[in-house]
Amino acid sequence: MHFTALLLSRLQFAFTISFHIIFPSFTIGLGAWLTILGALHLATGRPTYRVVFDFWLKIFGVAFGLGVVTGIVMAFQFGSNWSALARLSGPVQGPLLSYETFTAFFLEASFFGILMFGRNRVTPGFYLFSTAMVALGTTLSAYWIMVNNSWMQVPTGYVIADGTFVPNDWPRILFNPVVWVRFPHMLLASYLTGAFCVAATGAWYMLRRQFNAEARVMLNMGLYLAAIVMPVQLLFGHLVGDYVHDYQPVKFAAIEGRWHDEQPAGEVLFALPDENAETNHAQLKVPVLGSLIGSMSLDSKEVGLTDFPVQDRPPVAIPFFSFRIMVGCGLLMLLLAWVGTYLSRGRRLERSRALLWLTFCSFPLPFIAILTGWFTAEVGRQPWTVYGVLRTAHALTPILTTRAACISLVVFCLVYALIGSFGVLFIYRLLRAGPGQLVPAPASATARRPMSVAEASP
Amino acid sequence: MITFWIAVLGLAILLYVLLDGFDLGVGILFGFARGEDHRRAMMSAVEPVWDGNETWLVVAGVVLWGAFPVVYATLFAAFYLPLLLMLAGLILRGVSFEFRGKALRGRWVWDVGFSGGSLVATFMQGLMVGALVEGLPISHGEYTGGDFGWLSPFALLCGAGLCLGYALLGACWLVRKSDGAVQANAFRLIPMLSLASLGVLVIVFVFALSENLQVLARWLERPYLFVFPFIGIVAGIVLAMSVRRRREQEPFYMVTATFAAAFGTFALSFWPYMIPFSITVEAAAAPHSSLAFMFWGEGLFVLPLMLVYTAISYGVFRGKVGADTDSY
Repeated sequence: MHFTALLLSRLQFAFTISFHIIFPSFTIGLGAWLTILGALHLATGRPTYRVVFDFWLKIFGVAFGLGVVTGIVMAFQFGSNWSALARLSGPVQGPLLSYETFTAFFLEASFFGILMFGRNRVTPGFYLFSTAMVALGTTLSAYWIMVNNSWMQVPTGYVIADGTFVPNDWPRILFNPVVWVRFPHMLLASYLTGAFCVAATGAWYMLRRQFNAEARVMLNMGLYLAAIVMPVQLLFGHLVGDYVHDYQPVKFAAIEGRWHDEQPAGEVLFALPDENAETNHAQLKVPVLGSLIGSMSLDSKEVGLTDFPVQDRPPVAIPFFSFRIMVGCGLLMLLLAWVGTYLSRGRRLERSRALLWLTFCSFPLPFIAILTGWFTAEVGRQPWTVYGVLRTAHALTPILTTRAACISLVVFCLVYALIGSFGVLFIYRLLRAGPGQLVPAPASATARRPMSVAEASP
Repeated sequence: MITFWIAVLGLAILLYVLLDGFDLGVGILFGFARGEDHRRAMMSAVEPVWDGNETWLVVAGVVLWGAFPVVYATLFAAFYLPLLLMLAGLILRGVSFEFRGKALRGRWVWDVGFSGGSLVATFMQGLMVGALVEGLPISHGEYTGGDFGWLSPFALLCGAGLCLGYALLGACWLVRKSDGAVQANAFRLIPMLSLASLGVLVIVFVFALSENLQVLARWLERPYLFVFPFIGIVAGIVLAMSVRRRREQEPFYMVTATFAAAFGTFALSFWPYMIPFSITVEAAAAPHSSLAFMFWGEGLFVLPLMLVYTAISYGVFRGKVGADTDSY
């Protein structure tokens, strides 16, 4: 493989954004869950909720910090590595990202400080409000990012003038129907991430016979939430597939591993796609299902990759496999959430060590699903950066040297490896130590004597 | 519209320099602190607010992209390596806030990360400003200086100068926020740091005047502009008096005023150029539809709200740290 500035920049972007997305998706889910816990605690006064809240807040803090510092990189990288894109699409993408900063980052940053350090400086009501504001901030951030990315997937509401993309219909950009299936898809994925991490932690404590009350809250709430969200997520996943089918047929064909037009089309469950021979090896295929998934009919014609010139096709293997891994993770999570929730009635789940082990081991599933989902979307969009309009090769900074791109990729790998490994270590330590007994006083006393919390904390 | 967004950009950069300036400065001083008590006190003086402060950098970045995409694309590509090092520094110092308290034997790693990261990030910011003042080689709207075209003795001097300046802001912040030995140390540092950073500032200004006739001409044409350096000088004098009297609040505000005056001086020197003497504000601006979209939402409504959040967060954490800080 020949390492050019283009390839190195693509690797760097893929690496930094994949590393980054892990943390926001975790904190979006965790933020929503903390708000629910905070509200439950304020409403019921049950101390367990407070203990669980404080425990997950610490983990939220570490993940949030990593998300913030790796996110700053993204705001600069468009200019440093993709200056041609920045110049051309700046009038569209710049305002969108500036809305993200203005509406979301300040909300998050200001109220996050209060969440972490200000508990004894504000009233419980305002504290809950701060929690909700942080959660709202993370959600808004996701919205703007999805608008931005959806515009790159399905550009709309612009004209080309003076060599740049000039927006002429902002409502079409903001309320693009594509946004409104992809944004919920990402949001639900984040909620699932939070839910499975919480449930897995609860299962872990159950297996170790520790922190029983807290573990039960985590396990049950996590699985209930997942059991409700997961089917909705599958529906939205299908709707996202519909937009790809309609707007990006070549990506759809790559995901399906379909080389030639078929009528009715079959669905390839597994295969080894071969780009040179333009065919699949070791193929496992269900007839007609492809037409059903693609067009909701039994006899529709579905297009194949060979309809498109070679230079307009994405690499096939990555979207093909990452899509199947994502769907596989989703189905596993659905099964686990439903069986677990069913068995949690009458506490049968707590006695089934096998199922507790499975739940404990499930925590990587949502992360894998999110990453592979993004690989499908982004690699499938290739060779375009702005679909159909700007090729990735033309988006690169023209003056970027291979040497500079190589240095930056190495520096980012080193720095991220350092902070990533320590971040994981510290989160693991927090999880292993488990929730403390932070609240000696009942909630009503806490409300009247806000200082009691600080006195009790180490 | 263009005027509004250049003003917002200026405000964001100024707020960034002032706010992240003091917490980066505390990070720089942190490297010289003795003993865990001092370090702990210094870190908690900035812990609740650093994240919000750094967000102003992101604001400056994205406003630049949205409102002046040409400058965003040109500058960030030109400053590829300094930006990389600045980001690496900001990342290391940022995670140190969370990691330091959780490390057992490896605490020193995050001590080094916090002070070293702050120092590198500050130095790179100063260096980039210096290179910009000196003038980047640009032809046909594209930077032509190569990987190290920004490197010069003057840029390095500006990098060192900004480290002194931020350290000064940090010392003044510590005077406000801490007490006992930490505060006394900070008081002792202020005269030295302020003289040194003043020295660099004068050199930079004289250099800008002597190298660029356009700048000199502007100052001679419009003598009323000297109000900015004058404000800086007055603030410097009040600073000296307030430090001698061991006042806690004034030094920070006086240094803030000096920074703002210096910022104004340089901005006016180069107006209307965003990248001195090749790209003007007018030429860099995004199409009207982009600027208007930003104005009617984030500019008119969200920006005031952001200032309110910042005020709330500083209000909640007003007063000295240490007495009732709940560190978990």
